[in-house]
Amino acid sequence: MKKSVFLGALTVAGLAAGAAAAGTLDDVKARGKLNCGVTTGLVGFAAPDANGVWQGFDVGVCRAVAAAVLGDANAVEFVPTTGKTRFTALASGEIDMLARNTTWTFSRDVDLKFEFVGINYYDGQGFMVPKSLGVSSAKELDGATVCIQTGTTTELNLADFFRKNNISYEPVPVETNAEGQQQYLAGACDTYTTDASGLAATRAAFENPGDHVILPEIVSKEPLGPLVRHGDNEWGDVVRWTLNALIAAEELGITSANVSEMSMAAGSSPEVNRLLGTEGNLGEMLGLSADWAKNAVMAGGNYGELFEKNIGENTPIGLARGLNAQWTDGGLLYSPPFR
Amino acid sequence: MSDTHAHSVAFVRETAIPPAPPPATEAGVIGWMRQNLFATWANALLTVVAIYFVYLLLTGTLPWILGGLWNTDSLAECREILQGKNAACFSVLTERWNQLLFGFKYPDEFYWRPGIAFILLFLAAAPVLFFDLPRKLLLFTAIYPFLAFWLIWGGTVWNPVFAALGFIAGYVVFDLYGKQNFAAGFFGGIVAAFVVWFLAGYIVPAIAPEQPVLEAVQSRDMGGFMLNMILGVVCVSLSLPLGIALALGRQSSMPLIKWICVVFIEFIRGVPLITLLFVANVVLAYFLPPGTTFDLILRVIIMITMFASAYIAEVIRGGLAALPKGQYEAADSLGLDYAQAMRLIVLPQALKISIPGIVNVSVGLFKDTTLVSIITMFDLVGMIRGPILASTEWNGVYWELFSFAAVLFFITCYGISQYSQWLERRLTTDHR
Amino acid sequence: MTALTDPPRESFRLSMLINDKRYRSLTFQAIALILLISVFAYLGSNLMANLAAAGLNISYSFLGDPAGYDINQTLIPYDSQSPHLQAAWVGILNTLLVAVLACVSATILGVFAGVLRLSNNWLVRKLMSGYVEIFRNIPVLIWILIIYGIITVSLPGARVYLGEDPQRELVLGMFAFTNRGIYVPAPIWGPGSMIVVGTFFVSIAAMFAYRSYAKKLLFNTGKLLPMGWPSLVILIVPTILVFFVMGQPITLDMPDPLANRFNLRGGIQIGAPLIALWLALSVYTGAFIAENVRAGILAVSKGQTEAAAALGLRPGRIMNLVVLPQALRVIIPPLISQYLNITKNSSLAIAVGYADITATLGGITLNQTGRAIECVLLLMLFYLVISLSISAVMNVYNNAMKLKER
Repeated sequence: MKKSVFLGALTVAGLAAGAAAAGTLDDVKARGKLNCGVTTGLVGFAAPDANGVWQGFDVGVCRAVAAAVLGDANAVEFVPTTGKTRFTALASGEIDMLARNTTWTFSRDVDLKFEFVGINYYDGQGFMVPKSLGVSSAKELDGATVCIQTGTTTELNLADFFRKNNISYEPVPVETNAEGQQQYLAGACDTYTTDASGLAATRAAFENPGDHVILPEIVSKEPLGPLVRHGDNEWGDVVRWTLNALIAAEELGITSANVSEMSMAAGSSPEVNRLLGTEGNLGEMLGLSADWAKNAVMAGGNYGELFEKNIGENTPIGLARGLNAQWTDGGLLYSPPFR
Repeated sequence: MSDTHAHSVAFVRETAIPPAPPPATEAGVIGWMRQNLFATWANALLTVVAIYFVYLLLTGTLPWILGGLWNTDSLAECREILQGKNAACFSVLTERWNQLLFGFKYPDEFYWRPGIAFILLFLAAAPVLFFDLPRKLLLFTAIYPFLAFWLIWGGTVWNPVFAALGFIAGYVVFDLYGKQNFAAGFFGGIVAAFVVWFLAGYIVPAIAPEQPVLEAVQSRDMGGFMLNMILGVVCVSLSLPLGIALALGRQSSMPLIKWICVVFIEFIRGVPLITLLFVANVVLAYFLPPGTTFDLILRVIIMITMFASAYIAEVIRGGLAALPKGQYEAADSLGLDYAQAMRLIVLPQALKISIPGIVNVSVGLFKDTTLVSIITMFDLVGMIRGPILASTEWNGVYWELFSFAAVLFFITCYGISQYSQWLERRLTTDHR
Repeated sequence: MTALTDPPRESFRLSMLINDKRYRSLTFQAIALILLISVFAYLGSNLMANLAAAGLNISYSFLGDPAGYDINQTLIPYDSQSPHLQAAWVGILNTLLVAVLACVSATILGVFAGVLRLSNNWLVRKLMSGYVEIFRNIPVLIWILIIYGIITVSLPGARVYLGEDPQRELVLGMFAFTNRGIYVPAPIWGPGSMIVVGTFFVSIAAMFAYRSYAKKLLFNTGKLLPMGWPSLVILIVPTILVFFVMGQPITLDMPDPLANRFNLRGGIQIGAPLIALWLALSVYTGAFIAENVRAGILAVSKGQTEAAAALGLRPGRIMNLVVLPQALRVIIPPLISQYLNITKNSSLAIAVGYADITATLGGITLNQTGRAIECVLLLMLFYLVISLSISAVMNVYNNAMKLKER
């Protein structure tokens, strides 16, 4: 009798604590810092530089959200996560959002109870092989040894691809991208597979990038995007629309160079005005300040600028926009209207 | 007789021969070599094989080490200068020195703080390790944890001060009541300490200055060898009292307490540390009140402490078992109660016997702190496998980095184990 | 008189709960029980609340779902459509495989190094203590990574063995050493091969029978039969005879350099991760075992050796008949706990991508399904079962070996 009362009291206390936990947006504002989960190190997407400052495309998204919510692009705590720890870190509230080239899949969305707020990079799994091998198609890889990062969807795609084409392979699981490189360069595997963007980033770090080719086959769809916990729609909206603001800013020609000027006074384009807060009250609806989108763009530039600066054709990684061009340029980026 | 004898023989030596030096084959270098290297044919063969092995080892590694470069900025530059020569690029160590020692996020203007804490560690550990030093130095050992915490983490000085005050309050209460009734003093002390800490939770935010003397550093920013040291030192110190309690609990006559301790110890000893770290990393969050999170480093410390305390408990149990039964009976016959008997008679002797075992567990534990690299903490190994090898400049430098890590661990662990052997020799009282 | 024998009947007071020895232990146990229950209740209620908040539940049905990933080294049939449970079994068998291999080689290495540490050759002694100190004082994780690195970098890729005109020929026409692993021929069991195997086992039994007969003869009559070469002959000759009589039913499947453009086909491939893990665990644990062996031999008092010498035994027999049996009593308990350590340390396989239980169930399955609690629980359960069985064996041994005092 006594015990059950005690248990009941504890349960109530636990539930009360759960209910009392405020929304993530309020938490972040109260804390003054955004906890953002990133990879442990993939050059171009998220990696600390020699001074320990995180740089990269995913990092840019984190900084934009921090700027939109807190007005300070540097108010971010970057939490490095692996394929194994990322979902627990998000589920347990250790991080507020995850921007770690994570593929949007049905089971992650529905079964693991996460909410993908959008897609910041349309990717697909590819293969890299040494040129000397003379392979021109992934279907010629029968019997090859394949290096693969564990804990990612690539593992499953790989199994599916080889099964579908009825050819065999030997998987060599590696924990980090750096170990994958080591194995691949030493010839311990014939081909390295991961998202095409990751392959480009990896190849860029090689001594002789020209000796390696990325095969034309893209064997999977890998829509990568930031995600938040299920159920906190307010916070999900903030992250979703910050990402959309970056995409829309590029479409509307708002860059980090001209955003301060454009947000001084209402201009001729109503959508630009609404986005930058010179007209309407979109920021207020999100629970943010009126200049949230301006801050987000100021943080690292619009989507196009982030892309060019971190992974674009003028960087060592040298990715073309391809699918990630604006819809007006034949790509898939299409932000819903700000209205 | 002597005369006749003298005449009958041609020569009689009348003085003793001065002692001749031993033959050249039995003395000096040659003699030593004959005895120690070429005593038998098999032995000589063994020696030749061993010398050949050493020769291979040295010719393999020495040119690589001695020809190493120390001042290039990237692997590509280093390889260019070496032009295919087989030599090391130690410049990765000089260039990433701070990252290897402190991780990549600890603010570099504060490197002196863990540095001082590290030096003071020796001072604090000295009176514990060497019994001959004046006992008054133990006072500094008691202060050290709070001082080191303040130095490494920074923030307001009142946090560690109030933490220490809690302990002092607990001790005072224990000292007042513990003499008559151990249990009352013990639990009273714990309550007093918690009261102080509870109050501190209100006082500290009020009196903390806006700009603390030492700027606070997030524990997420700890890394490199410093993280290994922190984990090793903290977990070993915390696991000692816990281990003693578990060992006593396992010997207890109260079945429930004994049962709890046995299950705990056997469970922890039965699973690898890596699974416990997985628990800290991916499972523990589910067992905390919703919405609360605490540092990964703290969760890891809890898990490693639990791990170490189970092993230390077994070592101390061995020490307790090794004590002659007469000691327990003597304490009982003096009319000492359980707490007094343990505190005054049994534990001092049992702990002394267990010290070498405890040191061995500690060395093992310190080595095991490298496992945190598997759960994405950037300790020394984590730094090497993660940020440094992933960087464009140093992509592909393996031997230099891993040899460095190996050397660093070897120095530390070998030093501790030498201390343990010295202590073992000192504690041996029988003359065999 | 009655007043003296009967203690005064006190009524029960509350203070007796803490001051009276009879009740105190009950009080403490009650407190401990309440604390224990409340801690578990607290954790349990948090778990429930968290799971409810996240909309998750504890369920093991995922074990029946197709795993979807491939594993490179499997002892039992497995493909990507097999369920997660099958992947876990693959992992368990791989853990046991590397643990058993490492236990055997670590013991050999450890006994070798431990005995040589007591050698009267100075150089060998110093070399062996160098080996012990270096390997004991550096974390095993670093050793695993270093040895894996050595294999990857110093051995050639598989391609040098391939093609019509390879850069390297197979060693002895049957072995290939590459940084993907070592290729060895695989036996093909043709019809009648079971008879050969059966003969071999019978030979083993016959060898032991001969040895015990020789021993009995020695004790009864003092006649010393040769032991070494006859047992070898008994072991080998019948098997070889049967093998040829049956028309060589066991053939070898050689690694074939021509079948595939990427890898050698055929034979058995021992993967590089397995080799790295095996080697690292062996040399690391071997150093500890060497210390145990040395301590065990030193623990046998010198009087025993001297007494045996006084009886006229030769040095080899002193070691075999007098010193070792007594040393084993000291060596075996720590040796078994070293085996336990090997099993637990094999969980570091995850660092080199060897598919042990930690890498399959606790790694890929956990990642792909997100069932962290279930996977970690199962993982712990597996290691607990292994450890408790090894401890049970140790207890049986200790009881059997306990010095029987009269």
